[in-house]
Amino acid sequence: MQSSISFIALQTIWIKECTRFLRIWVQTLVPPAITMTLYFVIFGSIVGERIGDMGGRPYMEFIVPGLIMMSVITNSYSNVASSFFSAKFQRNIEEMLVAPVSPAVIIGGYVGGGLARALIVAVIVTCVSFLFVQNVAIHNFAILVATVILTSTLFSLGGLINAIHAKTFDDISIVPTFVLTPLTYLGGVFFSIQLLPGIWQHIAQANPVLYMVNAFRYGFLGVSDVNIAVALAVIIGFNLVLFITAYTLLNRGVGIRS
Amino acid sequence: MKALSIRGLKKTYKGGHVALKGIDLDVEEGDFFALLGPNGAGKSTTIGIISSLVNKTEGKVSVFGYDLDTQLVDLKRQIGLVPQEFNFNQFETVQQIVINQAGYYGVPREVAKERSEKYLKQLSLWDKRNNPARMLSGGMKRRLMIARALLHEPKLLILDEPTAGVDIELRRSMWDYLEDINKQGITIILTTHYLEEAESLCRNIAIIDQGTIIENTSIKRLLTTLNMETFVLDLSVENDAPVAETMTLEGFKWRAMDGHTIEVDVEKSQGLNRVFEQLSAQQITVLSMRNKANRLEELFVNLVEKGRKPAAAGA
Repeated sequence: MQSSISFIALQTIWIKECTRFLRIWVQTLVPPAITMTLYFVIFGSIVGERIGDMGGRPYMEFIVPGLIMMSVITNSYSNVASSFFSAKFQRNIEEMLVAPVSPAVIIGGYVGGGLARALIVAVIVTCVSFLFVQNVAIHNFAILVATVILTSTLFSLGGLINAIHAKTFDDISIVPTFVLTPLTYLGGVFFSIQLLPGIWQHIAQANPVLYMVNAFRYGFLGVSDVNIAVALAVIIGFNLVLFITAYTLLNRGVGIRS
Repeated sequence: MKALSIRGLKKTYKGGHVALKGIDLDVEEGDFFALLGPNGAGKSTTIGIISSLVNKTEGKVSVFGYDLDTQLVDLKRQIGLVPQEFNFNQFETVQQIVINQAGYYGVPREVAKERSEKYLKQLSLWDKRNNPARMLSGGMKRRLMIARALLHEPKLLILDEPTAGVDIELRRSMWDYLEDINKQGITIILTTHYLEEAESLCRNIAIIDQGTIIENTSIKRLLTTLNMETFVLDLSVENDAPVAETMTLEGFKWRAMDGHTIEVDVEKSQGLNRVFEQLSAQQITVLSMRNKANRLEELFVNLVEKGRKPAAAGA
C-alpha cells in the first residue's frame, strides 16, 4: 500500500520536474548545444588541428566524451539546485512536506528530473559532435551508460544538497562557479593527465571528476588515464555518501522546516 | 471521535522565542472550529506543527487517533491544509497544481484528473484550469488553495485565514462552500481575523494569546457571557429638527453622534423596550437600529486584555 503511494508520489515529482525543464527548453536545452558547438569549433577544429593526437586519438575525438560529460555534470547540478531552491523560495516545497512523501521519494523525484535533463542534453551534445567527428565507434556501451547515469545522479545529489543549505540565489551559484567549474576543467576534459608533470599527476587523481570523464571516455573510445574499476568504485562511493547526506538533511528538515 | 487532540504542546524557536507554552486543545469530529488570536499569538505555529511544517519542542498531537510522532504518514493523509500565504508554483497551471498535490498523497493520476474537474468546477475555477497560477486574481488563488487541499479528500480541513484580502461577495460564497463541505462530514478548523466569520461559521472556538489558550468553549456560550451591547439608532421627528440634542433617555448611557443618530449602551437586564417607550413618549420615530460593534470582537478584546493583565502586573 505504502509502496504504491510512494511510487505515485515519485512519479508525480519526476513528471513535475521534467515538465519544468521542458517548459523552459530555451533556457535548459538550447544553451548546452550552442556552448558545445563553440567548444568543438574552437578547441576541436581550430586549436585541435595544431595539437594533433591526444591519448592515441585525434584531439577532436579525444574531447568529445569530456564535453558530453561536462554537459551532464553542469546540467544535472543546475537543474536540481535551481528547481529545489525555487520550490523553497516560493514555498511550494510545503506541498510535499504536508503530504506523506518520504525524504527518499523527494530525493528520487528531483534526482530523476536532473537525470532526465542530463540524458537529453547528452544526446543533443552527442548529435552536435557528429557534425565534427565521423565514424565514432562506441567501445563499451554498458560502461558508457553506467557512467553517465551514475555521474548525473551524483551531481544531482550535489545540487540538491546545495539547494537545501542555500538561503539566497547567490548560494546556488557559488559551488558551480568556485568548485564545479575548476574541477571539471582540471578533470581531463581537454587533456590527458599524462601530460602533467610528475607530482601534478598525483594531485589530479584527487579530483573525482577525472574518474567520471575517464570512465566515460573509456566507454566511448577505449582509452583512459585511470583504472575503470577504480573509477566506477569512486563514483558509486561518492553517490552513497551524497545520498546519505541528502537523506539526513531532509529527514531533519534542515532548511525546510522551522 | 476526536478529530484533533493536542496535549502540552510547546514550541521554542531557534533564538529562544517561545511561541507555544504548553497548550491543550480538542476538536470533535464534524466540528467547525475557530482558532482566534492576535498576530503572533501562536495560531500559525500550532497549525504548522499539526501539518508537519514546524517541528514541535514538546507535547503530543493526534489527528483522528493517529499520533504525530509514531503514525505520521496516516496522520498526514487525514489533513488538508490551506495556508495563509500563496505557496504554489506560480508557473504551473491550475490543474497541474491540484493534480500534483493529489499525486503526493498517492492518488493515481487518472483519479486525480476526475477529482480536479469536480473540485475546480465547485470552486468556479474550471474555466481557468489551463491558466498559469500567476494569472489568477487574489480570490481565485485562495480558491485554488482550497481545491488543492481537498483533492486527496481529507477528513480534517485546516484553513489559515482563508478569506484574507477577499472581497465581501467572494467571502460569502466561500463561507457557503465551507458550510457545505462541513455538512458533508469534513471537520474544519479555521483561523481568521474576521470575527464575524467565526461567529457566522463556527460552533466552537479557542482563543490563543501569547502561546496560551485563554478560552475554549462554544461560540453560543461565549456570547452569553456578554452583558452589554451597544446599539446605533437613527431617529426622526416630524419637523426634521436635530432631535438628538434635545431628547432624554433616563436610565441608559447614551451619546449623540449627530443630530439624528445616537448610540445607546443596553445591559441584558434592561431590555430595549424601555428605550422605545421613552422615545415614543417624546414623539421620536426610530427609523433603523443596528449593533455598533461585532459582539464577538468585543469579547475577544476583553479576553485578550484580561489574559494579559497578570503578565503585565508581574513585569
